[in-house]
Amino acid sequence: MAATRTDSRSLELIGFALIALLIMVVLPLMLDIFRLNLVGKYLTYAFVAVGLVLCWGHTGILSLGQGVFFGLGGYCMAAFLKLEASSVENTRIQSTPGIPDFMDWNQLTELPFFWVPFKSLPFALIAVVAVPAIAAFILGAAMFKRRVGGVYFAIITQALASVLTILIIGRQGYTGGINGITDLRTLLGWDIRTDNAKYILYFVCCFLLLGIMLLARFVLASKLGRILVATRDQEDRVRFSGYDVANFKIFVFCLASAMAAIGGAMFALQVGFMSPSFVGIVPSIEMVIFCAVGGRHSLVGAVVGTLVVNWGKTLFSESFPELWLFAMGGLFIAVVLAFPRGLAGLVTDQLIPRLPHWRGWTHRQPSPAPAE
Amino acid sequence: MSPRKPPFRLATPSRRQLLAGAAALSAAAFLPQRALADFPTAQVNTTGLAVTDADVTVGILHSVTGTMAISETGSVEAEKLAIEQINAQGGVLGRKVKFIQEDGASDWPTFAEKAKKLLVNDKVASVMGCWTSASRKAVLPVFEQYNGMLYYPTFYEGLEASKNVIYTGQEATQQIIAGLNWVQKEKNAKTFYLLGSDYIWPRTSNKIARKHIENFLKLKVVGEEYFPLGHTQFNSVINKMKLTKPDVIYAIIVGGSNVAFYKQLKAAGVDLTKQTLMTISVTEDEILGIGGENIVGGYACMKYFESLDNTNNKSFVAAFKKMWGDNIVIGDVTQAAYLGPWLWKLTVEKAGSFDIDKVSGASPGVEFKGAPEGYVRIHENHHLWSKTRVGRARADGQYDLIYETADLMEPDPFPKGYQ
Repeated sequence: MAATRTDSRSLELIGFALIALLIMVVLPLMLDIFRLNLVGKYLTYAFVAVGLVLCWGHTGILSLGQGVFFGLGGYCMAAFLKLEASSVENTRIQSTPGIPDFMDWNQLTELPFFWVPFKSLPFALIAVVAVPAIAAFILGAAMFKRRVGGVYFAIITQALASVLTILIIGRQGYTGGINGITDLRTLLGWDIRTDNAKYILYFVCCFLLLGIMLLARFVLASKLGRILVATRDQEDRVRFSGYDVANFKIFVFCLASAMAAIGGAMFALQVGFMSPSFVGIVPSIEMVIFCAVGGRHSLVGAVVGTLVVNWGKTLFSESFPELWLFAMGGLFIAVVLAFPRGLAGLVTDQLIPRLPHWRGWTHRQPSPAPAE
Repeated sequence: MSPRKPPFRLATPSRRQLLAGAAALSAAAFLPQRALADFPTAQVNTTGLAVTDADVTVGILHSVTGTMAISETGSVEAEKLAIEQINAQGGVLGRKVKFIQEDGASDWPTFAEKAKKLLVNDKVASVMGCWTSASRKAVLPVFEQYNGMLYYPTFYEGLEASKNVIYTGQEATQQIIAGLNWVQKEKNAKTFYLLGSDYIWPRTSNKIARKHIENFLKLKVVGEEYFPLGHTQFNSVINKMKLTKPDVIYAIIVGGSNVAFYKQLKAAGVDLTKQTLMTISVTEDEILGIGGENIVGGYACMKYFESLDNTNNKSFVAAFKKMWGDNIVIGDVTQAAYLGPWLWKLTVEKAGSFDIDKVSGASPGVEFKGAPEGYVRIHENHHLWSKTRVGRARADGQYDLIYETADLMEPDPFPKGYQ
């Protein structure tokens, strides 16, 4: 058993090193800036997938509303960028110069009070993490303290995704409505649309992603991580052992949400806009699929899964613009049928045992999958 | 592209007239070799676009999957038809037009991603694409940053003008004002009830309608309500309208909601042959879903109806049905999408260059006499001068033309007094 633990840990380290090599060296050397920018966009979804590994893969909390937190983070960042892009001279043609264009179209004549603090970058950066974390805390506290879990929790998160989408679309004067917040240009005067800026933002995104992967690794390797797994497998036993299960669940849900939010903020920076199409139920479920394809117990697997699915999406839709959805559907069904533990499961269950030199590998996982 | 023979030649004599004074250009359409000699690639393409001695590549960017596919498919078909016809006439500056099609998937960020791909990777000379305002807003910064040319087909809310976009549909005032004037005069309307789906186009359009009704016509708006996209329960607003009895119901409901709205209206006993209803959001395409029997008698204010009786339109409809099947209907936006490739071709020939800046600069004043809707011209603000028409829905899903403005309506995307 001791040998298994060491080997699985070294296996994970190898995975980390490979993914770092891939996104920091191989892809930037191989791809032109347009494709690299796309990879940067995919990596922002990987933030969500890493969060899902924590809260779904290891704690058993299936959230089908991670798009909410991705969106909140993205909107906080976009709010700052939009205000900077809406200087009086940029918006001369409007009835009220100096406010974002969509407010002007909706006959607002002054900046709403809750937009004002977003003129400050430090506030916006704090809000990127704090707003989604607080939202997750409120939802988590309301649910987990009452011992609502499993399917009911998943349904509530879906409802939340739906509520927020309707709110954003309905209050378009304050949020940009279905069009979203578009035409983001500069960050403190630095033009984020140039190729140079895109390279820099790509690497910032990579560093942040590796950072949160290490953070997630740290959490999972700690005693806390083992309580999380125990909660997933036998929640009542953990409770009877004297732990307040709800607090652990709230914590991990907030952590996953904050991670998703950082992804959202990086998305707004790299893609140059934010829209409610990332907040709703469909994108939230898509994010769960990224995680499922990659393997919900593996941090590295989640990142790889996100890259594979999105790459496939772009590739199929460029080659077969009218049929690509069938190809994607086929891919999901194939992965779920053939490798229920995702791509990571494929590596650990199928590939590694067949490598003769991998001594001591006993086919056991430190955190076996629960029956679901 | 289908290797099939071109269905027809489009109004060649009038096109030649419009290029009067540019005989070489006109001849170019028939003598590709000579045109190539006149327009060497190095000269007509100084910015590295996808133009070779043999062909020029353009992009088509619409949703062919997702909720918008049902609306955007017609535009794709019209654009492909126009490109095929242009090639049958010898292409553009002697070059065959090829296209790369991308799917926006009804998702605005995907539109931005694909627009960038078309401009940066494929270096297309122009893009025919987008449908919803949201998708246009998403790609606009991309077109401005990478200097592309977008031909946008849909009627929309205005409040925008870009050197990188040609708006081949109507902006809001072109669709609204003449129709309201007509309904006041013909139906002696005094009171209006405004309805709309809840996003920027219906809201802006109803704002313009309200200002025109109250400030210019001095009439009354007795109600104004909005519904989320996809809403299907209209009974309460129908009851309110039965109580307030407006002379005109002015409806800007889009997409699938239309089906529920018109069916419930009929079920509630509102007979559109007696109650005047005017819409600017229901084309022949939407009636396919609504069912002609549910909307018969309603008025629509558009710039094009499939039933228009002129030679251009007859050959357009015939060619369209030959290429895409007899069961297809052609709505306002489909026709506007058909204008895109033609206007681009005419502009390139006027400019003598594929370069975006030259095409953009040469656009104002470009005329297209072969348009199915009749003569159109590009305004300084990159919108089209077009007529406004009122049609009345028939039970078979077509519109009868009731009224058309005598002159072309000037596009005014930033209307004074309506803001």
